[in-house]
Amino acid sequence: MKGNEAIANAAIRCGADAFFGYPITPQSEIIETLALLKPWETTGMVVVQAESEVSSINMVYGGAGAGKRVLTTSSSPGIALMQEGISYMAGAEIPGVIVNVQRGGPGLGTIQPSQSDYFQATRGGGNGDYNVIVLAPNSVQEMADFVDLAFELAFKYRNPAMILSDGVIGQMMEKVVLPPFKPRRTEEEVRKECPWATMGRTKDREPNILTSLELKPEVMELRNIHLQEKYQTIRDNEVRYEAQQCDDADYIIVSFGSAARIGEKAVELARAEGIKVGLFRPITLWPFPSKEIAAAAKGKKGILVSEINAGQMIQDVKLAVNGALPVEHFGRLGGIVPDPEEIVNVLKDKLMR
Amino acid sequence: MKTEIIISGFGGQGVLSMGKILAYSGLMENKEVTWMPAYGPEQRGGTANVTVIVSDERISSPILSKYDVAIVLNQPSMDKFAPKVKPGGILIYDGYGIMTPTDRKDIHVYRINAMDKAAEMKNSKVFNMIVLGGLLKVAPVVSTDGLNKALFKSLPERHHGLIPLNMQAVEEGMKIIEQTV
Repeated sequence: MKGNEAIANAAIRCGADAFFGYPITPQSEIIETLALLKPWETTGMVVVQAESEVSSINMVYGGAGAGKRVLTTSSSPGIALMQEGISYMAGAEIPGVIVNVQRGGPGLGTIQPSQSDYFQATRGGGNGDYNVIVLAPNSVQEMADFVDLAFELAFKYRNPAMILSDGVIGQMMEKVVLPPFKPRRTEEEVRKECPWATMGRTKDREPNILTSLELKPEVMELRNIHLQEKYQTIRDNEVRYEAQQCDDADYIIVSFGSAARIGEKAVELARAEGIKVGLFRPITLWPFPSKEIAAAAKGKKGILVSEINAGQMIQDVKLAVNGALPVEHFGRLGGIVPDPEEIVNVLKDKLMR
Repeated sequence: MKTEIIISGFGGQGVLSMGKILAYSGLMENKEVTWMPAYGPEQRGGTANVTVIVSDERISSPILSKYDVAIVLNQPSMDKFAPKVKPGGILIYDGYGIMTPTDRKDIHVYRINAMDKAAEMKNSKVFNMIVLGGLLKVAPVVSTDGLNKALFKSLPERHHGLIPLNMQAVEEGMKIIEQTV
């Protein structure tokens, strides 16, 4: 099935309570698949086509504020509209899952694949000092697997989690093993798991209030310090990555998501020519595997960061290796996807001369 | 064994569904498969294409620079993809839509008059299945048995009555494909 269809199926199977979204290419199959599968008749999961992305994200805020497993999906311009809501969720510490099947920008841009929302996803995107947990799937299988993972992380840390995919992964079809069915949590389970949730006050506790607003700066600073401590815990515990053939390599290609699939082929082609290349793939883009990249890069001759954008993740890679070796970039823009040969040629041009 | 295939033609010729059936057939035979469509303006009129990879091993990139097999069903597709066939690879084209075939001599070139055959069978919709039959004759990436299973699996039950006709089209395609280079 398609990556987009995998997201929809996985959402139902992992016990999601609600989906709020607005169709946009290249991810409309998600809401289409949900409409086809009618989960409201089986698991009771609610599916609503909102009037805009701004309402979708605020519906997520409301649903997740009540402790429910809620997700929304969109593509780049739609995700841009959601940034206010995501910032509010981060501020109020509301868990929720956002899927971005990226397309080329800026503005309405194109409907073709792109990875140009890396900065927006990993730097917060909205106002304020906050971070969103960002997972970058590189296959249809990971599209399916990361939905439940994103919910788990979101609820574990009371923080929004994002799946940052793109048109390649959303549109392509591959073999996939769908996750086993997990029932939706009961009201009692939600009350137990989410004592902070606004789901009706019981006599034994004070009212729960979820807001990002705090007019006293002294209190707001404390709240920010709490958030930063939480982000540090996430950095310490949730870094995920994959390294392929890095041990004996002279050069390393660093790529995420679909670009990492293309990078894997570039490694095959380069090794067939006798050039020892490895692939390092960050799976969590935030928290970023900085230490792990620095370790993998030790003793190597150079790094090529290959992304489908003008050079965004390269900043994190450069910070990670801190000048220890040359770091070059390759990317195609505006919906053009690089092919594996191009990457090998750029590697030779920029790092091997 | 890994076969990297591009199928390209006019929107409406059944390019994407041909690829889908091929991918499903690979799935039925327990192979690794990837199906990557051009989903942009091409799909909305003009030239559509799909990359299908059928492999015994893990598949890396769904985006490729060179192909083992190219199936081209119109002139723009011939012009675009003939240069991207690996040396020793296979190029299949429909004799009806293409005036100027490639002049490459380092690949195997096959012509299949599928449009004419479909007209003869009085069913233009089986065009893509005729082409698919031609492919399986010269590059048996999946078996006709796997293909048959894939049709049962991927088509809704109300269309199962059409499967024998489609399999007949596949057989016709196997008969009429001819090597030109």
